[in-house]
Amino acid sequence: MYEMLMELIYIIIKIMMVMLPVVGIVAYLTTAERKVIGYIQQRPGPNRVGFAGLLQPIADGVKFFVKEIIFPRASNTYMFILAPVISFATAFAAWSVVPFTEDWVIANIDAGVLFILAMTSLGAYGVLIAGWASNSKYAFLGAMRAAAQIISYEIAMGFALVGVLMAAGSMNLTQIVMKQQGGILHWFWLPLLPLFFVYWISAVAETNRAPFDVAEGESEIVAGFHVEYSGMSFALFFIAEYANMILISVICALAFFGGWLSPFEGIPVLENTFAWVPGVFWLIAKSAFFLFLYLWMRATFPRYRYDQIMQLGWKVLIPVSIAWIPVVAILIQTGLLA
Amino acid sequence: MNQFIIFIIISVLLVSLYMFRHKAWVKQVLLLDFFRGLAVTIRYFFRPKVTVQYPEEQTPISPRFRGMLALRRYPNGEERCIACKLCEAVCPALAITIESEPREDGQRRTKRFDIDAFKCINCGLCEEACPVDSIVLTPEMHYSIEKRGDNILTKDKLLAIGDMYEADIAKARKQDKEEQ
Repeated sequence: MYEMLMELIYIIIKIMMVMLPVVGIVAYLTTAERKVIGYIQQRPGPNRVGFAGLLQPIADGVKFFVKEIIFPRASNTYMFILAPVISFATAFAAWSVVPFTEDWVIANIDAGVLFILAMTSLGAYGVLIAGWASNSKYAFLGAMRAAAQIISYEIAMGFALVGVLMAAGSMNLTQIVMKQQGGILHWFWLPLLPLFFVYWISAVAETNRAPFDVAEGESEIVAGFHVEYSGMSFALFFIAEYANMILISVICALAFFGGWLSPFEGIPVLENTFAWVPGVFWLIAKSAFFLFLYLWMRATFPRYRYDQIMQLGWKVLIPVSIAWIPVVAILIQTGLLA
Repeated sequence: MNQFIIFIIISVLLVSLYMFRHKAWVKQVLLLDFFRGLAVTIRYFFRPKVTVQYPEEQTPISPRFRGMLALRRYPNGEERCIACKLCEAVCPALAITIESEPREDGQRRTKRFDIDAFKCINCGLCEEACPVDSIVLTPEMHYSIEKRGDNILTKDKLLAIGDMYEADIAKARKQDKEEQ
């Protein structure tokens, strides 16, 4: 009994050690987004709350907490409450299999990639239920768009990860990273270059971020699936979206860019100079770059039209990823990709 | 070793594709337009910011800026207005109401000089019409009307505003003359 309790507390502590930093990063990612987009538009972004605007996410959080949650009378209250919970829970459940260093992982399961794909797909239910339960036409349209988009891009994303699985010979995320040991050229981005681009584009579409954010499309359908949500229930969607962004960036770093492995591996002098840097730093640095890429892309590209999104997903990304999988197979069979 | 071979194969592939970059499909495959767009935004990312941090910083104001209304005095304290009513006549918004009568010393002065700030459109025609440079628009723009009735600027109020901003008004006028 006592041992079980200790085990439980130990697990909860481990979960908190992942979850709290993720929530913290989510909070500051929202500020970073406004800052980066501001800088690209030659303005300083939020800089009033605290030093250089660093307390902005706290002010936003307080605002979300004290705002009233409004339940539309025509909505299905039970489902209306359930939707943000599903979005939030699935976004954070996927983090349980993410390894931060070789043995820093909550659950080192064999089918880690599959679990992450399953969890990100389940997140679509949160969006769908939100749109359906709100009983509002804009929310409904947004949910339909989001669902169609997520289903289409899941295929391309899955195929891109199939290439990674083939190259690594494992579905365990730790082993995928360990297979990339030996320097920058050994990371999977090089042999799987087209798959990396397919993965990244479909990942942006999967998280409903610009330029694929038709599910929210302010100019057409107000705010899409979360138009009826306010206060904390909206904040849950918001946190889930950003947690998913961070997750996708971390997976990208793990699957294609050697995760926690140092980029200086195999380079004579630099390897020893940077040997003291902990692996988790490299993972954070790589993920941070992809997060910046998210914001950078949002500030650069105009929103895709809905039919263009479908065309890109079905007619371009899926054929490209399918075409490159035989190439990966050939590379493996000829021993080039050991 | 193997990785070098893959690296060389992929580099050769990309470079040979890049040589046909004028073809539309090659452009799309290599995402050239996208990289170009990203290059533009990252250049702007490092440019100096143009924002004026408003309450601390302010944008420069022209000496001819038409802000709050005021009535001026001569340096000896005598009010300039001679109740000619030219401003009342020229005002397109009919914001000015003037009543005049002789003062004890026989000079013609205004008994009543009201400007309705709600009607005033800050066009500055009254200032142009004034033969004695009495009614002016100050460079001051930070003012508000809090209570009903406060929008009627009486003679006393206008003279008080003129006294308050006389330095600014004189400076703006001098600056404007120098620039001409």
